[in-house]
Amino acid sequence: MRHTITVLVENEFGVLSRVSGLFSGRGFNIDSLSVAPTNEDTISRMTIVTRGDEQILEQITKQLNKLIDVIKVIDFTDESAIEREMALIKVTAEEENRAEVLRIVDIFRAKIIDVTPRSYTIEATGAPPKIDAILELLRPLGLKELVRTGPAAIGRGAKGWKG
Amino acid sequence: MKMNGARILLECLKLEGVDTVFGYPGGTVINLYDELFSFKEIRHILPRHEQAGVHAADGYARASGKVGVAIATSGPGATNTVTGIATAYMDSIPLVVITGQVPTALIGNDAFQEADIVGITRPCTKHSFLVKDVRDLATIVKKAFYIARSGRPGPVLIDFPKDVQIAATEFKYPDTVELRGYKPTLEGHARQIEKAVGMILAAKKPVIYVGGGAVLANASTELAELARNLNVPVTTTLMGLGSFPGDDPLALGMLGMHGSYYANMAVSHTDLLVAVGARFDDRVTGKIATFAPNAKIIHIDVDPTSIKKNVRVDLPIVGDVRGVLAKMLKVLEGQGDAIVGFRQAIAPWLLEIDAWKQKHPMTFKNSASVIKPQLVIQKLRELSDPDAIVATDVGQNQMWTAQFFTFTKPRTFLSSGGLGTMGYGLPAAMGAQAAFPGRQVIAVCGDGGFQMNMQEMASLVQNQLPVKICILNNNFLGMVRQWQELFFDKRYSQTCMDLPIDFIKLAEAFGAKGLQATKPNEVEAVIKKGFKTAGPVIMEFKVAREEKVLPMVPAGASLTEMVLAS
Repeated sequence: MRHTITVLVENEFGVLSRVSGLFSGRGFNIDSLSVAPTNEDTISRMTIVTRGDEQILEQITKQLNKLIDVIKVIDFTDESAIEREMALIKVTAEEENRAEVLRIVDIFRAKIIDVTPRSYTIEATGAPPKIDAILELLRPLGLKELVRTGPAAIGRGAKGWKG
Repeated sequence: MKMNGARILLECLKLEGVDTVFGYPGGTVINLYDELFSFKEIRHILPRHEQAGVHAADGYARASGKVGVAIATSGPGATNTVTGIATAYMDSIPLVVITGQVPTALIGNDAFQEADIVGITRPCTKHSFLVKDVRDLATIVKKAFYIARSGRPGPVLIDFPKDVQIAATEFKYPDTVELRGYKPTLEGHARQIEKAVGMILAAKKPVIYVGGGAVLANASTELAELARNLNVPVTTTLMGLGSFPGDDPLALGMLGMHGSYYANMAVSHTDLLVAVGARFDDRVTGKIATFAPNAKIIHIDVDPTSIKKNVRVDLPIVGDVRGVLAKMLKVLEGQGDAIVGFRQAIAPWLLEIDAWKQKHPMTFKNSASVIKPQLVIQKLRELSDPDAIVATDVGQNQMWTAQFFTFTKPRTFLSSGGLGTMGYGLPAAMGAQAAFPGRQVIAVCGDGGFQMNMQEMASLVQNQLPVKICILNNNFLGMVRQWQELFFDKRYSQTCMDLPIDFIKLAEAFGAKGLQATKPNEVEAVIKKGFKTAGPVIMEFKVAREEKVLPMVPAGASLTEMVLAS
């Protein structure tokens, strides 16, 4: 089962290393990981997508909480949350395919951010399934390069992570 | 008052109650050592290898309950501490290890004697700090000690660059430190505790399973009161030895791979297992699928990650083990009648356990012609002081000590359980002796483990630490040889160390005394003489070469599938 975990950590050097070291040391897999400072500059926020059953997830959450630099762990799998991810997609687009690419970009409300006679580079934002879907459609047309950021997640409602 | 970083560190150590440190100088700690030269309030003990220095700080911490402190220089000095740190990490021992580091401007430049020790020890420290600014130093030290000793204790590393040691600032030691990411749960949940008491009183075949956490929490008094109040038998892990008196009628001794028959049978037939400060390690459980198959499990531990990690738990209680046991005793206070009924209900269970004790006691085949290692251990117990501290190395010597030396007090059995580090015994004994100069400290080693840190004989003599070293010499890497005998058709690949070393000459080379016993009727005399001799002593016992540690639960087998001694 896929889990999205948000980890709020002290913005100190080495914290990212400790968290990723925890995952690799204990054999937990990381599908994607993104991290950046929050509105408080002493706190950084990591979003990690991992896979495993209930027991593994419980261990991951507990082990993360055990780290001194981890302030809070939020498992968004249960809570209602919004996930958004961005992808930069370079598609080869020769004569016949150029119109089709534009159509797909339009359907997904994505943007063309670079163009040459033989390619388009697309910026797409959305929930991870939407990104998966646009990639599915672009793949047969010729995917040259793909950069995904991994999801960022935030809880629904008026409360922040502090309550 | 303005002070340089080196001096500030020492003042901080003093304020944390540190009176002994184990360290080895070098280029990036020479400033620290210069301040130490006139700092009379701290005793410095010099080992002959940084690994031994950390093991000594570890032994000091285990014996005394205080935070052990070790110092090493950068680069190779720091990397030499890694095994010691990992040893402490696996057994949750509170240490603060201070390593020198190249000046901040040179970090990451492949400088002389530079090593990314924070990176190297990240997976085996509870936490680590790199001091980049001398103004952060005092807070870092306070945080380091707090983290090392609280919750589930562990080693903390402070990487201390040379230029920060030289830089000066106003020294002020903070009154408190706030770590918003670290708030260990110490109070057990009241409802869970009541439920636990209820579950115990409803059990017909209960067993208390105690690990190193009970020693770390200093919970022996509460544990004994609980067990005796209810008349429930107690088994301990290797790390828990001494937390419950081994000579108590309720004591089942050690369980697990080399545990007693009756402890393993009790745990395999129990209907309620109360786990206190233990982590269901693979050496204890054997095949997990068949571990305690009929039991409900109550798990009391200060570390939530240990709970439900290996084994499903029916009632978890996160909290300081001593506090939780005390609360359980309070809940039991008003339940006199229930306790009487309970004690009657479990009487048949105690008889069942007695029958197992009679059927297969902990035993060995003695001999009149060759010294049996188990005999040496028994004699050591007989002839040593009641409050003697025993540090062991790793392997057969360690297991025989656990099986045949009855420990009655906590913090008298020091052994590398989790990492199983050979070479631990001698330096750990050194640390314990430094903590308790007036007590008898014994190191039990195999010939293999002794050789791994034998340079520390020099430290023992130089610092007048009268450790009594007992070498069980079978000229083999014993435990590996045993596995090769049992599972590899006696193909003794590289485990035969039959070079005859003259341990008496070795001891004398360092200025210590050496004794040797080669026949069973010499054992008692050698031990008595060794104990009476002033200063550090090596007592070598030439023991039976191919003796096995039994019982043994083969790896992957269930606890009931023991290979027995008789």
